[in-house]
Amino acid sequence: MTEALLRAEDLVMHYPTKAGGRPGRRGTAVKAVDGVSLAVQPGEVFGLVGESGCGKSTLGRLLLRIEAPTAGRVFFEGQDLGGFDRGRLKRFRRQAQIIYQDPYSALNPRQRVGRIIAEPLEIHGIGTATERQQRVAELLQVVGLRPGQAVRYPHEFSGGQRQRIVIARALALNPRLILADEPVSALDVSIQAQVINLLEELKGRFGLTYIFISHDLSVVEHISDRVAVMYLGRLVELAEREVFYQRPLHPYAQALLSAAPVPDPDAPRQRQILKGDVPSPINPPSGCTFHPRCPHQMPVCVEERPGLRELAPGHWVACHLY
Amino acid sequence: MSRWEGLQDLMRNWSAAAGMAIIAAILVVALAGPLLTPHDPLVPAPLDRLQGPSSAHPFGTDSLGRDILSRVIGGARISILIGVISVTISLLPGTLLGLLAGYFGRWIDSLIMRCMDMLLAFPAILLAIFITAVLEPNLTNTMIAVGIVYIPHYARIVRASVLSLKQQLFVQAVGHLGGSHTRILWRHVLPNCIPPIIVYATLGMGTAVLQAAALGFLGLGAQPPSPEWGAMLSEGRQYIQIAPHVAAFPGAAILLLVLGFNLFGDGLRDVLDPSLRSQ
Repeated sequence: MTEALLRAEDLVMHYPTKAGGRPGRRGTAVKAVDGVSLAVQPGEVFGLVGESGCGKSTLGRLLLRIEAPTAGRVFFEGQDLGGFDRGRLKRFRRQAQIIYQDPYSALNPRQRVGRIIAEPLEIHGIGTATERQQRVAELLQVVGLRPGQAVRYPHEFSGGQRQRIVIARALALNPRLILADEPVSALDVSIQAQVINLLEELKGRFGLTYIFISHDLSVVEHISDRVAVMYLGRLVELAEREVFYQRPLHPYAQALLSAAPVPDPDAPRQRQILKGDVPSPINPPSGCTFHPRCPHQMPVCVEERPGLRELAPGHWVACHLY
Repeated sequence: MSRWEGLQDLMRNWSAAAGMAIIAAILVVALAGPLLTPHDPLVPAPLDRLQGPSSAHPFGTDSLGRDILSRVIGGARISILIGVISVTISLLPGTLLGLLAGYFGRWIDSLIMRCMDMLLAFPAILLAIFITAVLEPNLTNTMIAVGIVYIPHYARIVRASVLSLKQQLFVQAVGHLGGSHTRILWRHVLPNCIPPIIVYATLGMGTAVLQAAALGFLGLGAQPPSPEWGAMLSEGRQYIQIAPHVAAFPGAAILLLVLGFNLFGDGLRDVLDPSLRSQ
């Protein structure tokens, strides 16, 4: 295996909560990310799925060191991001960019689009003002907008167009890695496909690597090479796309997939309806955090936390069933 | 869209245009003052005391027989100066303190805002009296006093905007791109704080003129015979039953100036916020 572009080791992110007033209750924390290890290979699309609140976005923020983890390390091209000083972290930002979920709030309403897209170039001191203008025009074309639109304000664009502007800004520095955090969830379905196609096209054209966070299984199936499933701050399954969609092993992943709509109305379906709600990440269940909702619950599941084990080459599952 | 088109947008907004016209008119009067005054605003004429409006004295005369029109014209310069300078004195440090407190939070926030609370705890006029009394009662110190009194107001307004802005994705995104705190504050946070500052500053101009007048009334502001509108107003109060014009004309002048600043400020706010602009 080639060296991973981005590798995480035992990432933990605990957000301390307000102490409940009683002395014994001090030190509670929301365990948003609770021991995640993964590796993203250069050139792949790494899909990260899970329901809201499972820690997907937090994990993304840790991977790009938007936030420092409570514990664990992230390596970019083999180098520990935790050891970076400000200068090196700034250089790392050139390599790793983000596409946000909400294109309406990701753009400064007071800046013209040209200025917004040129900002990363300005920050990193690339090119003269004229060169930056040319680059902005080029980027607008790359994402399917007209160079003349650089003088407009964000509010003059639709959601899909705004997301294209966000993408253009993310591409400005020729990054290697793009974290796409629910990039199409805020868009109309008809626009989603356009943006997904654009992302795929750009990946081929610029040799990008994506970490693609989504709760939409069909979108992830379309774009990802590998899929990781997250539940309550932990990875429960990680596999190649085809393997995962044909034969998910973790009961949670099975339930998720059975809940995803299938375009064929005659297709045989076995919906697995999960009991109950997602438990609180402040006080997660013991052992396997999924055990209270799991149809295959065994005594060991309450006692012992299952580790992520490789059951078949490249297929990792954290479950006591296997 | 160029800066020129921005100005055109401003002129198309009726409120901004009207405000600008009023301010421009008062500014012209202030600048051309000595050329326009029919009489010397400072020389008393005891024989012409408290005359009503006439062709010789369109606004009448005051208790010392001075021509009120001339004094109102002469006062335009003083009042605009008071408004602009005292608002500047409160706005610049207030904005800076609010930016720092809101953006950096923690102990910086506590330190700055507790100091602001201390200033706010005093009644405005009492604090202004205290400051002018300590410094020395004259027009300059009046402006400084009024300026200092309103620093906390700007700091609080700006801090509140910053607190909500720094949570916004577009502000955080600059940090994700590797942008410095300075860039985030000046390029992204400050420009988005401007509308409330403008609205407050225009209102503040009027308040400043009134506060300065109050200080003048107490003998701590503009000293007689200076034709300051607020002082003229206070002076006219004594004669309000026998010669209402003495208070009415400087009062109307203050009203007009404050109205001008308010209309202009409102219009400017609408134009500055592109998302509020009607298509």
